[in-house]
Amino acid sequence: MNNDSFRSSRRQMLKAMSAAGLATGLGLPAMRAGAADKLVVGVIYVGPKDDYGYSQAQAQAAAAIKKMPGVTVIEQEKVAETTDVQKVMASMIEEDGASLVFPTSFGYFDPHMIKMAEKYPKVRFAHCGGLWTEGKHPKNTASYFGYIDECQFLNGVVAAHATKSKKLGFIAAKPIPQVMRNINAFTLGAQSVKPEITTQVIFTGDWLLPVKEAEAANSLIDQGVDVMTMHVDSPKVIVETCERRGIYVCGYHADQSALAPKGYLTGAEWNWLTPYTEHVKAAMAGKPLDNFLRGGLKEGFVKPSAYGKAVSEAARKQADGVKASMVKGEYVIFKGPLKDNTGKVVIPAGSAHKQTDLALEQMNYLVAGVIGKA
Amino acid sequence: MDSGLGWWGVPIAVLGGALRVSTPFLFVSLGECLTEKSGRINLGLEGVLVMGAMSGYAISYTTGNPWLGVLAAGFAGLLLGVLHALVCNLPRVNDIAVGIGLMLFGTGVAFFLGKPYVQPKAPTLPAIPLGGWSDSPQIQAALQINVLFVLGLALALLLHWAFRNTRWGMVVRMAGDSADAAKAMGYSVSGIRLAATAGGSFLAGIGGAFLSLYYPGSWNEGLSSGQGLMAVALVIFARWRPLACFWAALLFGGAAALGPALQSVGITSGYYLFNATPYVLTLAIMVVTCSPKRTLSGAPGELSVTR
Repeated sequence: MNNDSFRSSRRQMLKAMSAAGLATGLGLPAMRAGAADKLVVGVIYVGPKDDYGYSQAQAQAAAAIKKMPGVTVIEQEKVAETTDVQKVMASMIEEDGASLVFPTSFGYFDPHMIKMAEKYPKVRFAHCGGLWTEGKHPKNTASYFGYIDECQFLNGVVAAHATKSKKLGFIAAKPIPQVMRNINAFTLGAQSVKPEITTQVIFTGDWLLPVKEAEAANSLIDQGVDVMTMHVDSPKVIVETCERRGIYVCGYHADQSALAPKGYLTGAEWNWLTPYTEHVKAAMAGKPLDNFLRGGLKEGFVKPSAYGKAVSEAARKQADGVKASMVKGEYVIFKGPLKDNTGKVVIPAGSAHKQTDLALEQMNYLVAGVIGKA
Repeated sequence: MDSGLGWWGVPIAVLGGALRVSTPFLFVSLGECLTEKSGRINLGLEGVLVMGAMSGYAISYTTGNPWLGVLAAGFAGLLLGVLHALVCNLPRVNDIAVGIGLMLFGTGVAFFLGKPYVQPKAPTLPAIPLGGWSDSPQIQAALQINVLFVLGLALALLLHWAFRNTRWGMVVRMAGDSADAAKAMGYSVSGIRLAATAGGSFLAGIGGAFLSLYYPGSWNEGLSSGQGLMAVALVIFARWRPLACFWAALLFGGAAALGPALQSVGITSGYYLFNATPYVLTLAIMVVTCSPKRTLSGAPGELSVTR
């Protein structure tokens, strides 16, 4: 209540100030009416934007769209997945005039972004990773995401060639569908080379817990894991711990090869510039919002890191082969017969889930060969 | 065929975890112990820890010498401690409220100044390999001991001895047990508390440097995740005894390693519960040792919680 009145009084003051600015000829020219050649974009991150991780990947795209003519980008880091993000969105819209907002963290979607979208029906909201559903969610909201499991599959292929103990490690934050899908794709990728490989999973419980992540990495290494990958917000600590203990590591979110010159094999990286550009162009042209934007290697939403020194010729060849097939859109990662790690059949023989299949975005099982429980 | 340790991995991980994770707990709790012995509570040590972690990392990165980073972390802590003490020396100021303010201030300033240091890689502290006698790489890794850990142990012994056997130890305890007695003896109570708070915060700052310069060894805004606060609680649990602080810190470090260690051998159900072990432990011990009939044994008489 209090907050609202504060906000509106600030808005009125800003209006008065800009009116005064216009009157004296000092303010910005009245471009807002044209809307087509000027666009203010708000980007909200859950962590610091130079964390070698999730937020850095988003920030790289934001930095690139800044260079598009007429685009102004305003950013805010370290915004919690609470009502805080609603306040940040409101202030970006009201005070900075943002008409396209990228709330980039998973937990911003429901209820925070939905609420704001209902309050500001003219503003476009593009969320990363949420499952937008026709009829259930407002028309001015959208969801973009990449099939990064394709890169995790490639990670798995490369890891299988590097492992001697045939035990891989995966440090995950929370058991949500995207994380499960990555664990499964990594394991299936490794098993496509050596079927007897297992993946040991540790869930830390939250996106950013450096001490726990380091402990998890050490425990896994003590158990004989010799190639590790992860799905946490900032893989820096895990990558550094693996390098220190002398095992191989596959990166996630961004390129971490600088942190582990000896042990970095390859990594699953985002290339958010593709969906960002699409949304910005649509907004500037006044075209309708694409509510559900997805893509993988083929569409340029994700990319693998360059191979590290330790990757063998055979591994490169096999991974490149799978990648080429993925780029053509021919490779299917999740196909029957597929059992989960309790022995239940999750995909029956003869049926296959293509990447675009929405069933994959609700994945709640870990495949056979994964040691761990969500 | 199996190069893993299987079930033996759990005790080894807990031991290794105790040695790795405990040092920040140890430094912060020794610092808090010193401060509370003088009759004041500094809840702001969480902020001091984070500030220490940031300044240690920043200085190590800019100078290339991690030991200078440790020193800088200590002095950053000292400054915050002096601030706390000076504010609390004013009449009718509540030290707990100031502590909470300092905690928010310290973390806020550290996040603000620490922005440019999230990405770079700073030189970190070396470790002493004590596991050379074993062929097992796991044991060797678990017994990588940092100098700061040894220093912490020495410090616990020193404080334990000094509180009983030295003049200044007695003076600090007197200020903590009865300000009137200290005044009657001609000591400046606020001066003693200033020194004890500054010294305590110096130690907490060094604890922060351990986090960013050794384990996990990188600066980042989620680095502390409340360890400073837990260490303050740990002092009460240790009954204001420095040696008990050492054991308590080891226990908390080991407890923090239990969750990941159990998951790594395949005990995967209820990992949220195992991850909560340190907190459950704190609560359980508090419940067992508290009694409504008396104040906590060993508590300095002047502490605002016991008065």
